[in-house]
Amino acid sequence: MNRPTSFRGFLRPDGRVGTRNHVLVVPTVICASVVAERIAAAIAPVGTAVPHQAGCGQLGPDLRITHDTLAAYCQHPNVGAVLVVALGCEQVIAQHLADVAQRAGKPAEVVAIQSEGGTVRATDRGIGIARQLRAELDRQARETCEVSSLILSVKCGGSDYTSGLASNPVLGRIADRLVDVGGSIVLGEIAEIMGAEQLLAERAASPKIAAQLIQVVNRVEAEAIALGLDIRGTQPSPGNIRGGLTTIEEKSLGATHKAGERSPLTDVVPYAARITSRGLTVMDTPGLDVESVTGMVAGGAQVVVFTTGLGTPTGNPIAPVVKITGNARTAVSMADNIDLDVSGVITGRESLAAAADRLFDELLAVASGSATAAERLLHREFAIHRRNPTI
Amino acid sequence: MIRLLVISPRDNVATALEPLSRGDIVEVPGNTLRIGEAIPRGHKVALADIATGAPVIKYGSAIGMASASIPAGAHVHTHNLASARGRGDLARAAAATEARIAEPPDSDAIELPAGEPRR
Repeated sequence: MNRPTSFRGFLRPDGRVGTRNHVLVVPTVICASVVAERIAAAIAPVGTAVPHQAGCGQLGPDLRITHDTLAAYCQHPNVGAVLVVALGCEQVIAQHLADVAQRAGKPAEVVAIQSEGGTVRATDRGIGIARQLRAELDRQARETCEVSSLILSVKCGGSDYTSGLASNPVLGRIADRLVDVGGSIVLGEIAEIMGAEQLLAERAASPKIAAQLIQVVNRVEAEAIALGLDIRGTQPSPGNIRGGLTTIEEKSLGATHKAGERSPLTDVVPYAARITSRGLTVMDTPGLDVESVTGMVAGGAQVVVFTTGLGTPTGNPIAPVVKITGNARTAVSMADNIDLDVSGVITGRESLAAAADRLFDELLAVASGSATAAERLLHREFAIHRRNPTI
Repeated sequence: MIRLLVISPRDNVATALEPLSRGDIVEVPGNTLRIGEAIPRGHKVALADIATGAPVIKYGSAIGMASASIPAGAHVHTHNLASARGRGDLARAAAATEARIAEPPDSDAIELPAGEPRR
């Protein structure tokens, strides 16, 4: 059967392609987060904020990750315009974030709470600017875009025994299909590759990339061992264990199905780094869902497909997150949060291929603007990964 | 509907797609299996006897080592299957020359104050 190979997206001046057209309100620092959220709420759902806990009291790599993640969101193709909200004395530099957005061809403005004269004035001025930015975006229309311009983040969370049997294999099918037509997929959560890394390494485009994958998995394992604790306290999680998963190896083998069965591993990148290669990129993210999705979207993913067994509400401020489950009970009990039920793959009511066709159609519909459950519920979780203590 | 799913022919465990009871006779490819104890939905059953220290195989790959002798038909979970990866607890135990085998995952995930007895 001939599947469509295009969707309706936003062509950006820098050549990237977006699936959404948000006004992004970015606090440089935790102290500006509440003002940023109030400004974004005034023009919701087009307005979206990325409140976070960092931006000051950080040194070295940690400050770099905060800066790079915020900058990545400012130039993301799902963002049409940017308003940076500063306090005025913090480490992350507001003008730098605005410059990054402008270089990507987006209108960008800055409001600083100290120089505006407090919360009320800064919020009022920010809302005024945000409304102007929204009016500019209202004039932009979707255009026909090639599916090959998509970077799909593949994610699982709240896994149970159905994840490895149904939802992850279904997602893997469309991951391979997207790569076949020239698209890209990104897989994070290094701890959940542990035990399955050799299977992914065999798909590496070069021995160097295979070695990079093994190295990053070994580093995460060494970090767990250095704590002197059993990784089983968190991997698998208590909920995973109730759901029938016993070991991290078992969880990983089921989880890596979502990255397809044959797409070549073409790159291994640090947290929030720009994804530039076709095929499968592995990103060095932690296993915590929101930090992981935040990093993969920073890397350029315009859509996330998130499999779940137990059910979970996670969304993202700028990227649509599609939830699929292979657990028929979860599809009913958490219907608000679930976009697609593929439990028929386990019961034999539906073939893997038919379920994959439905998911691919859903992917294109969502890329073209159809709202996901997480978007309807305004689930916009955002968390920047941290590696160092606050100083 | 299949009650017990075997994913790969190399596997020595299968997944219960519905709750199973002691004494149930279940079809698996090329064989029948007598279930030895209650198995919750989604949990694993041994397809053959697995000796202590032997690999437990699912998806055609090792998912850990048997931490106890497992008879065919038995429930396979945290009480008799231990991960071989990320085991900082084993590294610490080796340093203290203190024998530590697989325990339920919640008993030693939290650091207890010194002197407090472990469960």
